[in-house]
Amino acid sequence: MDNKLPFEGPLSEQRRKIDHLKKVGVEQNIDFSEEIARLEEAYKKLEDEIYSNLSGAQIMHLARVHSRPTTLDYINEIFEDFIELHGDRLYGDDLAIVGGIAKLNGVAVTVVGHQRGKDTKDNIQRFFGSPHPEGFRKALRFMQQANKFGRPIITFIDTKGAYPGDSAEARGQSEAIARNLKEMALLRVPVICVVIGEGGSGGALALGVGNRVLMLENSIYSVISPNGAASILWKDASKADQAAEAMKITAKDLLEFGIIEEIVPEPKGGAHLDPVRTAEAVKTAIWRHLEELSGMTPEALVEDRYRKFRSVGKFAAPELV
Amino acid sequence: MFKDLFQKKKYATVPSVSQAPAASERPKREIPEGLMNRCPKCGNIQFSKEWEKNLKVCSTCGHHSRLNALERIAMTLDDGRFFEIDADLTSEDPLEFPGYKAKLEQQKASSGLKDAVVTGEGEIGGVPVVVGVMSFDFFSGSMGSVVGEKVTRAIELAAAKKLPLLLFSTSGGARMQESILSLMQMAKTSAALAKFQEEGGLFISVFTDPTLGGVSASFASLGDYILAEPGAIVGFAGRIVIEQTIRQKLPDNFQTAEFNLKHGQLDKVVHRKDMKAFLTKLLEMHVGGGASDGQ
Repeated sequence: MDNKLPFEGPLSEQRRKIDHLKKVGVEQNIDFSEEIARLEEAYKKLEDEIYSNLSGAQIMHLARVHSRPTTLDYINEIFEDFIELHGDRLYGDDLAIVGGIAKLNGVAVTVVGHQRGKDTKDNIQRFFGSPHPEGFRKALRFMQQANKFGRPIITFIDTKGAYPGDSAEARGQSEAIARNLKEMALLRVPVICVVIGEGGSGGALALGVGNRVLMLENSIYSVISPNGAASILWKDASKADQAAEAMKITAKDLLEFGIIEEIVPEPKGGAHLDPVRTAEAVKTAIWRHLEELSGMTPEALVEDRYRKFRSVGKFAAPELV
Repeated sequence: MFKDLFQKKKYATVPSVSQAPAASERPKREIPEGLMNRCPKCGNIQFSKEWEKNLKVCSTCGHHSRLNALERIAMTLDDGRFFEIDADLTSEDPLEFPGYKAKLEQQKASSGLKDAVVTGEGEIGGVPVVVGVMSFDFFSGSMGSVVGEKVTRAIELAAAKKLPLLLFSTSGGARMQESILSLMQMAKTSAALAKFQEEGGLFISVFTDPTLGGVSASFASLGDYILAEPGAIVGFAGRIVIEQTIRQKLPDNFQTAEFNLKHGQLDKVVHRKDMKAFLTKLLEMHVGGGASDGQ
């Protein structure tokens, strides 16, 4: 119950009261069960109140909770017989991207996603989940291999964005992202993308051109990280909360804009409180969409994906009115 | 001779471009307004008329000043003749982003444009082409729904008419005020190009100063041929962000067209005075023009 976010303070406080009462009850051999039940009831009510009205900024903080499950956690929970593959065959093996082949309910699929580190050392190796060009090219290699063998593709999106570094630029960061967008549009197999944490910028989208795009309830997806937007727009990165609200980055917002097809529910308080149950919900959703897509021809899948992205955008067009 | 394969169009003439240099390049006070121009790079002072005749390239250091879309069209297309499409598409404020509406109005007033890209048809060296030209003076050339839609429609027009597609890019990146809708324009334009190029369509992409972020990481990097103007800054992340990440000062030539050429990211750096002739030569290499229709 530690590691609570500021807006979860009242919950921690309530929990402390309950724990204290329990301890006193045991120590002094007094029956507080009625009291405790009443407090637990109040705790549940408070929980409902807090988690059913989360702001964009609060969801952003939940999406960034350090113990939030990562791509590898979902892969291990959801799939069987995962074989991890490595490298882009051009330059190196970017550990900010993980992927390979696995079975989903007995069906062979390709799975690929951004991978954050679990601790500092891991994060340094994985560039905090921010890929270099070789990471995007590795992902593309996996996806084109899936395309060749007719395997459906499942991607997990979880990155603050592409890695902003000099060597990344020298090796063609822009080209690598652009190529993924173009080539993903041509894939002749079902592509299902799940935003599990942060979906930041082109680095997220480079794994995001799917027939179906799903988002976990407390994940975010935006054109730039709210911190980046705040520092560019208001020259003040500390206004990230404000930017998070203004940019409309939550799953609910994106469902309304028609960008995503479904919100996958999380346990109250976030995926990190029950990774197994969250993974089950993700698996159920992926499987349902996969079943829907599996009846489509390769041409229909390409066309379906094209239509989805072709229709995005809000503008005024007087000549059509 | 293959020119005859393409039907002739009616053209609208582009209104003559204002003689005043862009605000950022306005000469210092001691120089009579409009008469002289000071190069922002080397400080050389030149008669404005001379400088404009020189296509806004500094005669001393070769610095290529930024052009707006109309100037670029005037100097690239035959006789400056251009048939604009989708001229009336304008941005809305779908996120109700604080200050966006007001900023759009202000950008329209200051640039004289309706959004950051102008698209249409014209001819280069007698070869009909679909052209899109971005303009940095509108909202830093940022890509929102309108830019994405206009570029996509230009691609679709080129596909439908089997014409070559030519895009001059300049952009600070995605338009944050449209957040996710802006991001998705990268996928939309790239998917449209995927279709067009699969059908044999020819796409020439020209990077001009600067082209960064979402535009660089989508359609602009997908040219069958990629050209750039000398000195143009082209990249994904901005220099300041990278310097903060790596905690090092980057060399002056970082992300220049020449840097990108050296790193294999583009085909050729073309001086502005040679651009039209080079494009003509390149287009003529593709008899049949654009998307192959089996002829």
